[in-house]
Amino acid sequence: MLRDALLVCGKDLRIELRSKIGINQVAPFAAAVLLLFGLALGPSRPALQAAAAGLFWVAVLLSVVLAVQRSFAVESADAARDGLRLSGLDPAGIFLGKGAAIVVQLLVLEALLTAGVALLFGARLSGGLVLFAACVSASIGLAAVGVLYGVLSSGARVKETLLPLLLLPVAAPVLLGATKAWDDALAGDPTHAGVWLSLLAVFAVLYVAVGTVAFGPLLEDA
Amino acid sequence: MAPVVSLRDAVALAGRFPLLSGVTLDVGEGEIVHLSGPNGAGKSSLLRLCCGLVPLRSGSAMVLGHDLSLDRRSVRLLVGYLGHQTFLYEELTVEENLRFALRASGSETPEATRQAAAAMARLGLGGRLATTAVGKLSAGQRRRTAIAVVVGRRPRLWLLDEPHAGLDAEARGLLDEIVLEARAGGATLVISSHELAASGGSPLADRVVHLDGGRVVAAPVGEGEPAANDSAQGVDGVGHAAPQDATSPEQPFGPRKPVTAHVA
Amino acid sequence: MRTDRALRALGVAALAGMVATVWLGLFVTPNAVGFADGTVRLLYIHPPLAWVMFIAYGMATLSSLLYLWPRTRHRRFDRLAGASAEVGVIFTGLTLVTGSIWGRTTWGVWWAWDPLLTTTALLFVLYLGYLAIRNVPGDPETVARRSAIAGLVAFLDVPIVFFAVSWWRSLHQGPTIDLATRHSYVHGSMAWTLLLGFVSFTLTYVWLMAHRYRLAALKDLEDDQGLETALAERWAEAVR
Repeated sequence: MLRDALLVCGKDLRIELRSKIGINQVAPFAAAVLLLFGLALGPSRPALQAAAAGLFWVAVLLSVVLAVQRSFAVESADAARDGLRLSGLDPAGIFLGKGAAIVVQLLVLEALLTAGVALLFGARLSGGLVLFAACVSASIGLAAVGVLYGVLSSGARVKETLLPLLLLPVAAPVLLGATKAWDDALAGDPTHAGVWLSLLAVFAVLYVAVGTVAFGPLLEDA
Repeated sequence: MAPVVSLRDAVALAGRFPLLSGVTLDVGEGEIVHLSGPNGAGKSSLLRLCCGLVPLRSGSAMVLGHDLSLDRRSVRLLVGYLGHQTFLYEELTVEENLRFALRASGSETPEATRQAAAAMARLGLGGRLATTAVGKLSAGQRRRTAIAVVVGRRPRLWLLDEPHAGLDAEARGLLDEIVLEARAGGATLVISSHELAASGGSPLADRVVHLDGGRVVAAPVGEGEPAANDSAQGVDGVGHAAPQDATSPEQPFGPRKPVTAHVA
Repeated sequence: MRTDRALRALGVAALAGMVATVWLGLFVTPNAVGFADGTVRLLYIHPPLAWVMFIAYGMATLSSLLYLWPRTRHRRFDRLAGASAEVGVIFTGLTLVTGSIWGRTTWGVWWAWDPLLTTTALLFVLYLGYLAIRNVPGDPETVARRSAIAGLVAFLDVPIVFFAVSWWRSLHQGPTIDLATRHSYVHGSMAWTLLLGFVSFTLTYVWLMAHRYRLAALKDLEDDQGLETALAERWAEAVR
């Protein structure tokens, strides 16, 4: 299973490096989201600073939808799942591999967005460890739910609208936890964030476990 | 010897539509079977059923000793499927695609890698093309890559869906050679095509199985059988007796087996 | 048929109960101390609505689980899950509306982000997502399995959301629902009316479920018979 996961992760990342969709499309999309938030809520600095964490994570959440859709679009357009099923790969391995590839992409995106938030909203970056921990656990949780719902909707013809509808509500706790953790860190009170970080960790562990088990049956459904 | 493929009244659905409406078929080891029939007859669906992609609604289906009504997954590693889509990754090169496919199916032994590389070279995919992204190749070249993948996996059962489509004459000849070599190596092959006589006939097939309306039917009037049918051969539910054509347009290549088509 | 008559009796009982609840709630029970004028009337429908919403959700989840469990795999559980989700979505929507109205009259805002109501709102969206998944075409077993898994995945999220929102709210000084204070005023005729409310709404739920389930069963029957026709038509394609 792990061998397959590494194989799939490597393949997905290599494809991403070649096609550069993440750099060319997803990152600019996230940046645009931040800009639009700025336009909608600004230009008064205090308002933006106070909302920085939340806006950051909303931008990440929206980008996850794109990343997941891309991850499944890569598996040959017509027969998105046939290829994976025929390959002989362990479905749990496919789940972990695809999830890991998305986590890597998310972390890169979050690094860029952190700079964006500091720049555009004047967020003072403190409590870096908490910020980073929140990013890692939130990304894992989001990738897990994303791949799970991604495979579920990849067979549907309405998948473009189905995936966001499914993914965003379920990801609400991640949004909440990550935003609160970041709020605490940015306000200079990182110790408070413990509760939120544990929420993120629970979510991540739970959905990685669920996904490992449920991905196989969901992949099978024609 | 247990048949490699054994179907009894197999029914497969796509939503409410019956792709296969009761197929009964046996394929013995080392046979090359040609599936023929018009568009929409169910040839592709039959091949997809045999590699476990399509669930069995009713009836029974045993492929390589695996019962498809219980477990569709385990048979996929033993089967090599060449479909209409190539299942290749556009951004990866021919070499990378091949390597991924072999690793994924667990058949990346030095021997297999060597054979796959040899097949690549033979199919004209060596050299510069090997390091070209699949997305930049022509349709025919992609098809050849897909064939190389199947060769590399060295399956016991080959399921080829209209393999000659999109290939030029040279590639078709190469494919025929590969098919025969596979059989010589102990594999069984089921090949579908809606033309009985493409590029001079279907010289590879030991026998022809005609599909129509999702089940096996007797040969349509006007098309010959590679060998004369037993007149004792039953008529199918449609009511046509197997035609006795004196001349057959295709020349079977190698020893001919008597037709034992089980008519549904 | 016996089931028909039983269903009709159930329907009548549910309707009678609802009418009685409304009448009692609006006209007979007194105004309670501590509530804005008349808002206590909502007490008789909002909690029962929420209660039914939870039953419906629990039913859908339980049925999904039973369907996935190999020994109890049967189409009836899939139908139950689907029926319960559809009925549940209605009750969830009503819970949200009555909760919002109550909030408006009690705290002056249409939405106060309290944990229960926020979780309910999320439940509403999750239900809608579940129903969307059920509508994705496919053969019955595939749809059933896919929906069951999706239902369970969504179900796991609900407690997490509830805790998250509770923590979130506890950090802010703001209006909070105190269940205790709500019920400390409930006694006498109010208590009975409340109980009647619970009972009649539950009966209504059962009645709606029974009809929806029947509809699903009939549809499945029709589809299965349609298969015979489809097979025959397919064979006919081969006759030339």
